[in-house]
Amino acid sequence: MIRSSRGLAAGLAGLGLIAVLAVAAPLVWGGDAAHLSGAAREGVSGEHWLGTDALGRDVLARTLVATRLTLVMTVIATAIAGTIGVLLGTAVWVAGPRVREIGLRLIDVMVSYPAIILALAVAAILGAGTVAAVVAIGVAWSPAFARLTANLAASVAGRDFVSAARLLGVPPHRILVRHLLPNIAEPLLVLLSVAFAGTLTALSGLSFIGLGVQAPSYDWGALLNTGLDALYTNPAEALGPAVAITLTGVLAGFVGDGLAAGADPHRVGIPGRVKKVPLPAAPPEDDGALLTVDGLCVSAGDVDLVDGVSFTVRPGEIVGVVGESGSGKSLTAMAVARLLPDTVTADARALRLDDLDLLAGAAPDRLATEIGVVYQDPAASFNPALRIGGQLTEVLRRHRGLGRRAARERAAEALDAVRITRPEARLRQHPHELSGGMRQRAMIASALLTGPRLLIADEPTTALDVTVQAEILELLREANRRDGTAMLFISHDIGVIASLCHRVLVMYAGRIVEELPVADLAAGRARHPYTRALLDATPRLDTDGDGGAELTTIPGRPPAPADRPAGCAFASRCALVMPRCTEERPAAVAVGTDHRAACHAVALTVEETAS
Amino acid sequence: MTLPAEKAPAAGPAAGKLVAEHVTVVFGHGRRAHTVLDDVGLTVPEGTTVGLVGESGSGKSTLAKAMVGLVRPRSGRILLDGAEVSGLRGARLTAARRRIQLISQDPNSSLDPRMRIGRALAEAIDPRRADPRAHADQIAAGLEMVALEPDAARRHPHEFSGGQRQRIAIARALVARPEVVVADEITSALDCSVQAEVLNLLARLRAELRLTMLFISHDLAVVRHVSDSVAVMHRGAIVERGDIYAAPSHPYTRRLLASAPSLPPKETR
Repeated sequence: MIRSSRGLAAGLAGLGLIAVLAVAAPLVWGGDAAHLSGAAREGVSGEHWLGTDALGRDVLARTLVATRLTLVMTVIATAIAGTIGVLLGTAVWVAGPRVREIGLRLIDVMVSYPAIILALAVAAILGAGTVAAVVAIGVAWSPAFARLTANLAASVAGRDFVSAARLLGVPPHRILVRHLLPNIAEPLLVLLSVAFAGTLTALSGLSFIGLGVQAPSYDWGALLNTGLDALYTNPAEALGPAVAITLTGVLAGFVGDGLAAGADPHRVGIPGRVKKVPLPAAPPEDDGALLTVDGLCVSAGDVDLVDGVSFTVRPGEIVGVVGESGSGKSLTAMAVARLLPDTVTADARALRLDDLDLLAGAAPDRLATEIGVVYQDPAASFNPALRIGGQLTEVLRRHRGLGRRAARERAAEALDAVRITRPEARLRQHPHELSGGMRQRAMIASALLTGPRLLIADEPTTALDVTVQAEILELLREANRRDGTAMLFISHDIGVIASLCHRVLVMYAGRIVEELPVADLAAGRARHPYTRALLDATPRLDTDGDGGAELTTIPGRPPAPADRPAGCAFASRCALVMPRCTEERPAAVAVGTDHRAACHAVALTVEETAS
Repeated sequence: MTLPAEKAPAAGPAAGKLVAEHVTVVFGHGRRAHTVLDDVGLTVPEGTTVGLVGESGSGKSTLAKAMVGLVRPRSGRILLDGAEVSGLRGARLTAARRRIQLISQDPNSSLDPRMRIGRALAEAIDPRRADPRAHADQIAAGLEMVALEPDAARRHPHEFSGGQRQRIAIARALVARPEVVVADEITSALDCSVQAEVLNLLARLRAELRLTMLFISHDLAVVRHVSDSVAVMHRGAIVERGDIYAAPSHPYTRRLLASAPSLPPKETR
């Protein structure tokens, strides 16, 4: 879908006016343009706004009348370029792999020649003249279309819906028309407007040097040619067609830019304003906490993506955060690491790592050495152009002030600690020489290198195979036992969380709905309806082997952050929903040691047992 | 139930609905040649679901592509009802392809973003014309099969959640009336609660339509949940099949099972 913009509107309006002029001008000013006034080479006057030419004809009238021929030629040339190009580009895609290779190389070679050189060659072969110029420019611009079409088609053709259509028996030409062309239309439209401006100048150029339109016909280029003779006596004569060419070209550029910006799916609307919901009261202070997060909100514009999250991590503790996509678990972790993208802002009543205030901007040294971060994708977290050694020692040399040799020794030790063989040799390798599991181990080594007090791991095993995942989890356990490193471990997989962590935070729609020790989770004592539904929805290895036993599903979808209701975010999908749930945001109530659930229904049963 | 424990037997109607026989797939040529599948035999009996587990790079997706004819085996045969479908060309290939449908992993990529759901399903019913009005009843029935309202036909893919899109992809594969469905990691990109929705749908369709299915996944628990029998793939070869959960015999299978994070037991209510 193309969205409109101011530039696009201005460009389209301007080109529309010029098109009207092209139709009307010869009818209105045709007589003036051909009228020999006898006053040759006259300057600017009230009667002739741009003066007259060598035969005494009004230059303004001629410029306006020339609009039609110029525009018709440009449109036809652009159409020729587009048609030949798209046909070539798609033909290359439809053909077999060998023809495609040769075709693509051929197009590449053609693109590497400037269009105007190709046009000159074609014009030289066909001879000077209007038709020759149009054909020449059309042919010259076609490789650009062919290459764009071929490249775009190749990227769309690799997607699953095209293979699906092939498997369904859709003939190739129909796949082309039905699936390929609609999905590549927008970039082609943009190129079309760019090509329009390009062909306009190229055609004018050909006419200007006498290879294009021949007298008595004239276009803007031809007028420019005659105007040049009188440049010193009447500059206005050349100015008229020059302005016309420039203006039309710029307007076409506006249209192209507008189309390009409108077709970009990343430009989304500004989210609407939402009313602030008062945060629940702060949980009791935990004096021994290493990390204290109190009332953390992460917002994009006016929308809170993370909405009032409070928790603590004690020294030596592994805290897991589990939730489905969009629950805000990664944003919470990244807010703690102060690695949020620029588009969102974090705010909190308190965000502290021991005595280090993470809300205050300073202390990059302490941030770099006291918090280690492991990301999901080991392929993206190392710079592919640099050796492992340089990337591992950088933080030691920069923030710990270690020398080159000492830093390398420490890095080799760290690699050895995560059971990477031949650590000295690995330091000289590039990231791509390591397997995915090996890279993630190197990442963990790098994160642990400075002896951080807190390790933040954001889905560190999601991209890995299950056997490699088991190794990585064992490494993390080991680091925790050996160095007492506290961890904040993010995962969508409640099984992974249960096998690694001491305490679990369950997030839903940007809020923590339950916080419980892993022993309670393992003993089936989860209380929040969402946590219980999540457990029941997961197929298990141990119990159901019959195949096809019904899994619990949760009706509906989580609310988008902007539509989060005033009450409990899970209310609309919850089996235990009460009137109170839709009105009042539930506070976390203690249901056991270190076990809190934010649910009115749970609170009610707690009150009943207490009384 | 008897399991196809031996290597794929000689062709015959009793051998199974979909059979891979000594299939070897090699990518690249000469010194850079890389054997992805090495003499793989696999039988999917009619009306059953065979699960295929393996890690990334084990060749399970390549086997799926070979089964549906998107990858040509270097040697070996793919048999559908005892007749060879690998190596067909032209119209006969097209006809054979429609009988085996592939559902792929990524719900964002499996539906054309520019095409309304109705037309996508119409294309599956009639690949030449793809006219949603001519097949409105069949489209509505297809959508109902995956528990979607008939008015979903008028909407575009981006208006649906990942799970709904995956259900639409399943509906599209099924309205083509295939005899065999190959499902390649169809729940891997989905959230846990959404995965449950798709798995429940598959369970229902298996019971109602007696689907013959090859279900591929890296997730042992998911495969166990949907499959009648399971085969384990490792480095381009099938290393074990049969009851791998109760009595795993191959060391790799045991390692795979030991590595799977176990869930806390079902709660006591």
